[in-house]
Amino acid sequence: MEELIQNLKHEIIESLNLEDMTPDQIESDTPLFVEGLGLDSIDALELIVLLEKKYGLKIDTAEEGKKVLYSVRTMAENIIRHRNQ
Amino acid sequence: MSVSLHISNFCLIRNNHVMAGKHLLFTGKEIAFQDFIKEAYQHFKIGYPKFYKMDNLSKLGFMAAELLLKDRDLNRDYGKDGTGIILANAAASLDTDRNYQISINDRNNYFPSPSVFVYTLPNILMGEISIRHHLFGENAFFIQKKFDSLFMVEYVTQLFEKQIVACCITGWVEMDADQYDAVLFLVEKTGQLNDGITIFNVRNIDDIYCLKI
Repeated sequence: MEELIQNLKHEIIESLNLEDMTPDQIESDTPLFVEGLGLDSIDALELIVLLEKKYGLKIDTAEEGKKVLYSVRTMAENIIRHRNQ
Repeated sequence: MSVSLHISNFCLIRNNHVMAGKHLLFTGKEIAFQDFIKEAYQHFKIGYPKFYKMDNLSKLGFMAAELLLKDRDLNRDYGKDGTGIILANAAASLDTDRNYQISINDRNNYFPSPSVFVYTLPNILMGEISIRHHLFGENAFFIQKKFDSLFMVEYVTQLFEKQIVACCITGWVEMDADQYDAVLFLVEKTGQLNDGITIFNVRNIDDIYCLKI
């Protein structure tokens, strides 16, 4: 889990062009949107693309998206759940 | 109604150089635009992380606007609707359109990037400048074969005459592969005349546009 979380932090920085940030600055449990990284709706779409492209995890509804993209940890938990299905 | 307009500031970005108000402010070490503009962003300590998310056209125009409006608060001076943004170029958003095309070429690896897609219109640049400087006035982005100073003077002057704007950011922001060129003018009714070049007319605009840096 922790390795996956670290990988996700690198991938988030790369896919969202957060050039001023390092993985250490992203808290695993802090909400990614509004507070935390202050991401916007386009960032959310980019993260959805990332999850599908890299991990095969499809998000079908806005409600599901809110839960999965809540934090780096929830992203990791959902990737693991998807792998185990 | 006839109005007397002045160029109160201008900014040029071309050939790895940044010039504002006749002063050469920065010369980049990097040749490639992506590296040059990042170097300039760091040099001027812009401190606006969203810059990194922009496409190249928006980065170019945004940087020019930053230096054009340094130490100015147009929202305070003219209100949120008082400043217009009138821009033009020849390549529209073709530079980003190509990048987006690459991302959707392979039907077996089809993952269109939302953050690239949103920049596949040139007027998004005006949105970036508007958000940064809290400007909500008239704006338009024209696609023209080449820099057209006569059109610029006539169009912007008309906006002032009809009292649609009290201030205007206007100019040319071109980005196409490795070719880039930005010249922005800040046009106001009042302005400091120096060296006789700041009256907003075709000759003075052409003189500034043709400056070699």
